[in-house]
Amino acid sequence: MNVVVCVKQIPDPAVPGALDPTTHTLVREGKLILDDSDAYGVEMGLQLAEQAGGGEVTLVSMAPNGETSGLRTALAMGAAKAILVSDDALRGSDALATAKVLAKAIERAQPDLVLAATESTDGYTGTTPVQVAELLGMPSVTFAKKVSVGEGKVHVERQTEAGYDEVECPLPAVVTVTAGVVEPRYPSFKGIMAAKSKPVDQLTVADLGLDPGQVGAAGAGQEVTEVVAAEERKAGEIVVDEGNGFESVVAFLEQLKVI
Amino acid sequence: MAIEKVWVLAEAAEGAPTSTTLELLTQARSTGAAVEAVAWGPDTASVAGELGKYGASTVFDVGADADALPGAPVAAAMAALISGGQRPDVVLVPATYDGRDVAGRLSARLDVPVITNVVGLTTDGDEVRSQHSLFGGTQVATARFTGGRPWIFVVRAKSFAAEPGDGAAAQVVPAPVPDLGATGTATVLARHAEERTGPKLDEADVVVSGGRGLGAAENYAMIEELAKLLHGAAGASRAIVDAGWVPYSHQVGQTGKTVKPTVYIACGISGATQHMVGMKGSKNIVAINKDADAPIFSIADLGIVGDVHKVVPKLIEALKSRS
Repeated sequence: MNVVVCVKQIPDPAVPGALDPTTHTLVREGKLILDDSDAYGVEMGLQLAEQAGGGEVTLVSMAPNGETSGLRTALAMGAAKAILVSDDALRGSDALATAKVLAKAIERAQPDLVLAATESTDGYTGTTPVQVAELLGMPSVTFAKKVSVGEGKVHVERQTEAGYDEVECPLPAVVTVTAGVVEPRYPSFKGIMAAKSKPVDQLTVADLGLDPGQVGAAGAGQEVTEVVAAEERKAGEIVVDEGNGFESVVAFLEQLKVI
Repeated sequence: MAIEKVWVLAEAAEGAPTSTTLELLTQARSTGAAVEAVAWGPDTASVAGELGKYGASTVFDVGADADALPGAPVAAAMAALISGGQRPDVVLVPATYDGRDVAGRLSARLDVPVITNVVGLTTDGDEVRSQHSLFGGTQVATARFTGGRPWIFVVRAKSFAAEPGDGAAAQVVPAPVPDLGATGTATVLARHAEERTGPKLDEADVVVSGGRGLGAAENYAMIEELAKLLHGAAGASRAIVDAGWVPYSHQVGQTGKTVKPTVYIACGISGATQHMVGMKGSKNIVAINKDADAPIFSIADLGIVGDVHKVVPKLIEALKSRS
């Protein structure tokens, strides 16, 4: 079974984020890393391919600057190869444009299953995978907390407000996975060495047959007009517990008439 | 071009519109535009009264198969209404599991973008601008669409207050689903509801949440006990949900629920951005954490620097002795 995992390379979330003062888009200079949320999809893909007794995991990603360091992390986990759509024209793409690019790239891999995270850690729009599914004419199941494949179908436990639903659909399909769906493996030394020579197919927007005017800032149908500091919430009273800290809580709740 | 018509994606649970649906209807009504709802599932006819009261003149009833995942059929039915001559200027969608599916599919079908994570909306003449909370709520961005309509906004829960109006029951108009091909093949085989006692997390007046500072899964029991004593709901940080200590339905934060209770009590939660986004709108915040430098203290009205394993049991005892 062949699985495509959509992955995103993002600025390190441990470093405070910043916005470009003119375009108000997220600054993506410097080193990019594999979005932590994507490690779950990569691991899930590897396990499903192993269980199916054959097939491989192909990564599909998009970046404006040819960055591959995050992809190497996922290749080191065991993915076989990557398709990276890299083009200056992609800078400032919105979620729908991103979906158009990813959908075209995914078509090339002819997968049985497409996996993605429910949302990225940096942009957290959370609609791209479903837009991809619609563009590819595939069914989709979002918020999977358990995934299995058999008899040409994918079976998912999908989170709901009340608990979870068991959902099934025929392959090919798009499934988005939550953190915790599986425990991602750490790349082994051998894996890291092997990743260096795994193929990363770099494509441009034109290679995909898309019009550059449809993507990037040119194709974005939305803009951020202003960014201002939020009203700060002031810190209140701090009590160091010396055995009777609970009394302060009781008094506070009484004052609010909660008790 | 003025904003003449707003659609609200209306979700129902247990036979009533969800609170976010009512919040969005109230907001839509406040623009002065005509308000129409789109609903699916077996409850549409029975919720038409309530939808009308909050401002919807019409509810389009997507007659989808009850076992189909709603994303594809609802988006397709909405797109069919639009190609059939309906002209909503704005579509408001709750940021829920199904809401996001519908918004994504509708966006791709209509080839219009979607703006998500909206926490505020302002209408000014022909323009609608959305507000977004960035970088853990330290900054607020304003965004707008620059292209064709409809403008699809996916709005987080609790972004607006819900207030009933005096509208009559919404007129139910069937919205048939066109042929979906493969996209419509996702089917729900079984639904599992987690057992819940007490109020819902996002509706409770008091929320008591636990985080990694609890140390072990079994210690979450004291969070539940404290919540019960205060007639509240028990919440959790993403860290302990990912660790498998508590089900996802308890998660408060960016990828979980947004809560705005009268009192939020954070126990053993350091206050990661991911968590704070979901609870900083609480009217009063109490934090109990042994690390005096924990970010949660910067937004707490009352901070107790102490060990949750000592403070919380004593608090429980004190509350029990009162009742």
